[in-house]
Amino acid sequence: MVAFKIRDLNIWFNDVHALKQVSLDVEANEILSIIGPSNSGKTTFLRMLNRLNDLEPSFRMEGEVKFEKEDIIRMDAETVRRKVGMVFALPLPLPLSIFDNVAYGVRMQGIRHKGKLTAQVEEALKQAYLWEEVKDRLSESAFKLSGGQQQRLCIARTLAVAPQVILFDEPCSGLDPISTAKVEEAMLKLKQKYTIVLVTNNVKQAARVGDRTAFFLSGELIELDQTDKIFTAPADKRTDGYIRGKFG
Amino acid sequence: MRNPHRTQKIAFAFLFLAILLILVPVGLIVFVIIQKGLPGISWQFLSDMPRQGMRAGGIFPAIIGTIYLASGAILFSLPIGLLAAIYLSEYAKDNLLTRIIKLAIVNLAGVPSVVFGLFGLSLFVVFFKFGASILAGAMTLGILVLPVIITASRTALESVPQSFREVSLSLGASKWQTIRHIVLPNAIPGILTGVVLEIGRAAGETAPILFTVAAFYLPQLPESVFDQTMALPYHLYVISTQVPNVAEKIRYGTAFVLLAIVLSMNLIAVIMRNKFRKLKKW
Repeated sequence: MVAFKIRDLNIWFNDVHALKQVSLDVEANEILSIIGPSNSGKTTFLRMLNRLNDLEPSFRMEGEVKFEKEDIIRMDAETVRRKVGMVFALPLPLPLSIFDNVAYGVRMQGIRHKGKLTAQVEEALKQAYLWEEVKDRLSESAFKLSGGQQQRLCIARTLAVAPQVILFDEPCSGLDPISTAKVEEAMLKLKQKYTIVLVTNNVKQAARVGDRTAFFLSGELIELDQTDKIFTAPADKRTDGYIRGKFG
Repeated sequence: MRNPHRTQKIAFAFLFLAILLILVPVGLIVFVIIQKGLPGISWQFLSDMPRQGMRAGGIFPAIIGTIYLASGAILFSLPIGLLAAIYLSEYAKDNLLTRIIKLAIVNLAGVPSVVFGLFGLSLFVVFFKFGASILAGAMTLGILVLPVIITASRTALESVPQSFREVSLSLGASKWQTIRHIVLPNAIPGILTGVVLEIGRAAGETAPILFTVAAFYLPQLPESVFDQTMALPYHLYVISTQVPNVAEKIRYGTAFVLLAIVLSMNLIAVIMRNKFRKLKKW
């Protein structure tokens, strides 16, 4: 099954052509890793999938992005974002308690029932492997958690809204190796229920968790294939060069 | 030869001197007012009507009038100012018109207060037929403080990190929910800073209330918002320049009370601000 179908996508910010003629499908329940040097358009691509680019006044696009056969530009942005959650590069807890962070998205849908909220928060924290560490301190500020815990809190917060897709934008760029391993472990488990698109600067991370890997360069999709294939026998020599660390 | 250590010492000396130049006059003013005003303060002075052509008795009606006017001005300008600031910082597109409007608002803060007085006279007193009244005076003061309220609120809203908004939106919250639940709560301390500044200004200005509300002498309390009232700054002007032979302790006592009211209103706002600031955690 196809989660996203993207055809001839072009994106500009003012005169900067950030994405050029990108066409690809994101399969349901896969982890699609996107690698590429800075300014290659990875994050712009990711932010297209939950319409966060809309916030930028200079944003302009052409082409087609379909989510489960529906044109996401025609859907309302809140619905898209509820179905397509996002975890950002830096752990960004809201200035609220641990509980309220996870409950935030649920509350914004109008759910106020205490028991239902508590159940959903607990379930989301368990799925993000954070429950055991925070179950006794849910009313504390989220800022008291360590960086790795904060990032898993952000994952839990996204899960609580019950999305179908989760976008990860370099989720481990600020984390130590142990925290990174925990986040990756969570991702691998989550893939059974969710579709995951992972943008990463860490080529090894893409190799570890991605089912398929896409390589972006200067706004173009250079190559998309099974992760094994990309890392052992890439078709394009630019992909090969990037993976071997020759540039980027 | 340049000695960096000595240059630094000289720079520090100048900076310290600048602080001194600010602190000394402020300290002196407060000192003089307390020294000359405190002997005039008594329960009777605070709670009685003025008597014998304002040469004796108390200043109760002026105290009440000033409290009414200052709170009325904030009550009128805070909701309007906050809504305008939310519109300007969250909804308005960043184009030439918006920038001109923002610039105009900042400039409005520099317009002399007597101009606001005349504006209030022609709009509220004459055109809306409120007459010289608390309503007209409070609204005129409200217009006077509006530019700073808008600018301070706008700055406070804009200083809430963009990333918080993105997180909130990415969780499916609408733009209004994001403003209501994330942006506004985190901007409250900054907004209150603007309010603190402007309470003092609303309580202390004379020119805007001169034509719109202030009574020379009124031996009773206002009964409705359409009544005139006495007010401390105007009363101070009257007993200092218009009525001969007013005892010094009455004049300085009045100044002392005005200062005390402004400071205590500020104190309330500062306490509120600190309370909200504790909730802010980044």
